[in-house]
Amino acid sequence: MLGNTANGLFWTYRFLERAENMSRLIETGQRIALTRLSSSDEQWLYVMQTSAVSEEYKKQYSTVEKEAAVDWMLRHPENKSSILSSITSARQNAKMVRHALTTDVWEAINGSFLDIQKLLKNKTREGDLPFILRTIKQSAAVVRGATYGTMLRNEEYDFCRLGTFIERADNTARILDVKYYVLLPSAKAVGTSIDNVQWETILRSVSAYGGFRLEYGHEAGPGDIAKFLILDKRMPRSLIYCCDIIKVHLLSLCSVYRNKPSSLSQIIQLQNRFLTHDIEAIFKFGLHDFLQKMISLFGNLSNQIEIDYRFYE
Amino acid sequence: MRLSYREATCCSVFGLQSIITGMQLSTAFDEMWADGSSIRRPYKNIKAWLDSEDRPSLKAKRRDANDLFRLTGITFNVYGSSEGEERLIPFDIIPRVITSNEWNKICKGLEQRVRAINAFLYDIYHNQEIVKAGIIPLEMLKNNPAFLLQMIGVDPPGQIYTHISGVDIIRTEENEFYVLEDNIRTPSGVSYMLENRETMLQMFPELFTKNRVQPIQNYPQELLNSLKNTLPETAESKPTVCLLTPGLYNSAYFEHAFLADQMGIELVQGNDLKVVDGFLAMRTTQGHQKVDVLYKRLDDDFLDPLNFNEKSSLGVPGLFDVYRKGRVTIANAPGTGIADDKAMYSFIPKIVQFYSGEFPLLQNVPTWRCSIKDHLQYVLDNINELVIKQVHGSGGYGMLIGPTATKKDISNFKKKLIATPQNYIAQPTLSLSTVPIFTNKGFAPRHVDLRPFVQMSPKKINIVPGGLTRVAMSKGSLVVNSSQGGGTKDTWVLEN
Repeated sequence: MLGNTANGLFWTYRFLERAENMSRLIETGQRIALTRLSSSDEQWLYVMQTSAVSEEYKKQYSTVEKEAAVDWMLRHPENKSSILSSITSARQNAKMVRHALTTDVWEAINGSFLDIQKLLKNKTREGDLPFILRTIKQSAAVVRGATYGTMLRNEEYDFCRLGTFIERADNTARILDVKYYVLLPSAKAVGTSIDNVQWETILRSVSAYGGFRLEYGHEAGPGDIAKFLILDKRMPRSLIYCCDIIKVHLLSLCSVYRNKPSSLSQIIQLQNRFLTHDIEAIFKFGLHDFLQKMISLFGNLSNQIEIDYRFYE
Repeated sequence: MRLSYREATCCSVFGLQSIITGMQLSTAFDEMWADGSSIRRPYKNIKAWLDSEDRPSLKAKRRDANDLFRLTGITFNVYGSSEGEERLIPFDIIPRVITSNEWNKICKGLEQRVRAINAFLYDIYHNQEIVKAGIIPLEMLKNNPAFLLQMIGVDPPGQIYTHISGVDIIRTEENEFYVLEDNIRTPSGVSYMLENRETMLQMFPELFTKNRVQPIQNYPQELLNSLKNTLPETAESKPTVCLLTPGLYNSAYFEHAFLADQMGIELVQGNDLKVVDGFLAMRTTQGHQKVDVLYKRLDDDFLDPLNFNEKSSLGVPGLFDVYRKGRVTIANAPGTGIADDKAMYSFIPKIVQFYSGEFPLLQNVPTWRCSIKDHLQYVLDNINELVIKQVHGSGGYGMLIGPTATKKDISNFKKKLIATPQNYIAQPTLSLSTVPIFTNKGFAPRHVDLRPFVQMSPKKINIVPGGLTRVAMSKGSLVVNSSQGGGTKDTWVLEN
């Protein structure tokens, strides 16, 4: 397998995951805007901060307005993480490694791209937003289904999954970090309704609102949210879950290639050092510091995978 | 030959190159209707099918077919478009039918022609017997940029130069077939042949139940076998074959990815390859792995910056040195362009005779080489009836179509001819056969040509029964570019 092919697969799935995450964030923002009397357009700044696209937005626009914010996240060409940019990059990478994907997966990605490109050709009217977001989520589901159902469980699949889960882990860590202060035990004392909006934003943006309530009940506090998204192995977007999957696929690559590259040691070390404690220990360490550390470790891991498997040289 | 126009100068189905031009449809040989009143036998079932279908449902099917092409990604990139715009080549749903007798005849001619061209290439890069025999003037090689000096004395593995040829054939009468052009450097379009069939199978499965159409689906496998029969001596028992593409933005990228996928080989770019310890190697996730056969879809000039164009970033430094040592097969061999050059075209019948000792089974379109004094005079005298092309031109640029040109065009062109006659050739305007297409207004005849693909290895020549039928979609147009609506059809070779 070519290093370049591994590279293309890895990034195809990173970008697909990114597009899906972005659509979930917009949906969250929209839901909060529509269901909260007190919400203002400022709410969209939080949403953009969550997806780490607010700084670039501020360079383009002087004020935060809903329409501009949604457009920025959906389809603005200057936003390299917009849904349209992400899906375009995903498709570009997929096109490069088309021969390593099954026909079903390629057609799912290409078909999604064509549909979404058409939907996002012009500025979106608010009335069309639900349909567009639904289409994007459905597209993501079709690609995931085609991947799960048709790809051989070989090296190619390992690189696809590594891309998905590194992007997802990074995304979850960032979502938590933007709002880490409302998750601290001390934040409970603040106890204002605004915090509940913030919590809801966090949970909805990882599609975990229902799941969290079900598992932790209405009495749960902000600390439980942190626990849920960092340490709960049942939650498919939690850091611990993502890291488990990453390790599984790095191990699988090791068994194919019969070696033990640095990326494997890195993920094992990361798990042992940061994901074997309880949530209280993490608070003691400092939630913000912890999340920052995780984000930088995921970055290192991604780089190490590129080196270990010769993505570029 | 009937008086009407045609022009087909492209070596690619992509990009801004002219495909086919035609007019005076009424006088052309129609492959369905022959003389216009009675249906030709091979098309009887097609006629019955078209009679039984209603137009709205055919229109709907045509739309479905286009959606299918888009979804599969069978598109070509348009050069110079900043957005990297992707377009579909129009697909017509009415198949073009060839009988097995007609096909066998074409095949024999193709085999003879391709074998001779391969022998010719070996000869001109070695002893040049054909020059010594006075059949090809030395100037034809000396002054031709397509003649690669680097290839002189190089022995390609298996002595094969033309692993794949795409020979453009036109038909003018029931029994008249001509070769219009030999595409030998990097023939393209085979993915359309394959995908057109796939689309027809999905759209109209019943047609294949009722007609005995020879299958073409094994083309990629056959090609892989053919390449594996042409290994360098240094190859392993399990040889590595890969396809070299210039990249995502090349107009034919889809075809490269498609073929690599279908053949089950790696699709590589220059930066995936490197010369390691004197061998060509590709960078895998586990380090460098030796490559034995390189199916290149890149112009010779870009192949190796150390041996050819030093500005090329698409190639592999030192690749040609590996090749020279016989340590890798490159398909097609560098330097094959000399044989599909427009000026060399007119020599091919003689080349066939020289190497095979036989009379050529497939005829050329008569060609006047303006570098010859008598020819130039004839061309100047009959310019109103001729098509004049640049020897090294492509895409219909710098071309004159006598019958439709203005007086001013003609007088300007005459000056050019007299100033640099060696740059031009001329051909009569002959009529391409027509086949009906399905238009919004119903069925209408349009001109077609045919590009069959010939695979060659030391063991055998293999021609998959079919080819790419290209069709001028609009009526009466003179230069139809793929970007201006040239289309394709599924091509059926019937079983006997």
